[in-house]
Amino acid sequence: MRDVAIVSFAQYAVAHTEHDEVEMLVPVITEVIERSGIPKKEIGFTVSGSCDYLGGRPFSFVMALDAVGAWPPISESHVEMDGAWALYEAWVRLQHGDIDSALVYAFGRSSQGDLRDVMVTQLDPYVLAPLAPDWISLAALQARAMLDAGLCTERDMAAIAARSRRDATANPAAHVKGDARVEDLLKNRYVVSPLRVHDCPPVSDGVAAAVLVAGDRARKVCKRPAWIRGIDHRIEPHSLGVRDLTRSPSTSLAAKKAGVHGRKVDLAEIHAPFTHQEIIVRDALGLEGGVAINPSGGSVGAPDRRM
Amino acid sequence: MSEPSDPVRRIKAPVRLEYSITPGQTLSRFLAGVIEGRLLGRRCPSCTKVYVPPKGACPTCGVPCVDEVPVADTGTVTTFCIVNVPFEGQAMKLPYVYGAILLDGADLPLLHLITGLPADQVRMGLRVKADWLPPAERRPTLESIRWFIPTGEPDATFDSYKEHL
Repeated sequence: MRDVAIVSFAQYAVAHTEHDEVEMLVPVITEVIERSGIPKKEIGFTVSGSCDYLGGRPFSFVMALDAVGAWPPISESHVEMDGAWALYEAWVRLQHGDIDSALVYAFGRSSQGDLRDVMVTQLDPYVLAPLAPDWISLAALQARAMLDAGLCTERDMAAIAARSRRDATANPAAHVKGDARVEDLLKNRYVVSPLRVHDCPPVSDGVAAAVLVAGDRARKVCKRPAWIRGIDHRIEPHSLGVRDLTRSPSTSLAAKKAGVHGRKVDLAEIHAPFTHQEIIVRDALGLEGGVAINPSGGSVGAPDRRM
Repeated sequence: MSEPSDPVRRIKAPVRLEYSITPGQTLSRFLAGVIEGRLLGRRCPSCTKVYVPPKGACPTCGVPCVDEVPVADTGTVTTFCIVNVPFEGQAMKLPYVYGAILLDGADLPLLHLITGLPADQVRMGLRVKADWLPPAERRPTLESIRWFIPTGEPDATFDSYKEHL
């Protein structure tokens, strides 16, 4: 495998933006390329991740390309998914060996629709979507299963929210931050029991971008490149009925394949939009005490403004 | 009652999603201008092309288009199609013409309806002008221009728009 590193990163995130996709992207892409030390014209591959359902407009990635500038013709791709998936494609592309840098970006304006309706469209259309269970209710089912199995308490969940908000104070892109006492959080009302406001993620609009560079070129342009030492992706079964909702075997398998499981880890940024999911993912990754989890503040910590 | 063994050939799964789309700052300026009967483009600082409707960034160069440039509501038909296919919700009587109109001062054509002459007489190079709704009826949409109609000027030469096809 060819060594690939992230040499620069930039982002923009707000609860609701008055900018369109291109206006959000231009400053972030400009910044990430400048910081990469790679001239824009030398970037070998460009890939974006987004989901048209979020913004409510078809082929939004085509319009978003305006922010990149596609002349002379660039080598470009898009995934109808998130930035992590786009980053994976860039990493695979760099393994080909003929290019040594790639621009990855992801964008979305989730605030334009009602996420509780939008997210239903990702469900199985025959038996689940017609029941229209919104994503918070589905997460609540999972949290309830966790509580019933004795795998966590509502206090544990509030503690994760409190820690996330505290850590978010150092992150300019985080929405809600500050000191919150677990006792006070536990007085919050339920959004969907057992999930309280602080257990749920924010709705946000934003952009994230990274430049990936392979091998010696990465060492040349960046003092401390973040090397990607392992990468793997798995998915749980689509049908909720066949799963134990309290576990994430796909995460465990991906961690093993990527070489994380059981190794010494200092820090883990994990995607856990609901507080109880941090516990599921933490256990699936085999992270032990002493690992700094989501020092950025993570994906919880800010309530949906509609809740 | 159908037997349990009868195959289910179709299910109904209606999906309805509502969005409040924020046009963004560049397009907001343009749409505010439309209400006043003005068409505001943006010029790319790098390749100097003028885009109408404006874009936040030049698709060719990938740099922000910050300079606002008013363009005329007259222009030249660069290409067109004659619509003969009926579809639900159609407001125009068949056949009608949908065309690409290069507004005077713009570098990329705008798409709009062309009427005021028989469909089979619409042609490349035809000079047209915007037929605006009365000011009180204008809204922040290009529907504030009903359609484009011929100005009666001589046709533009092919050379004058060949770079904008």
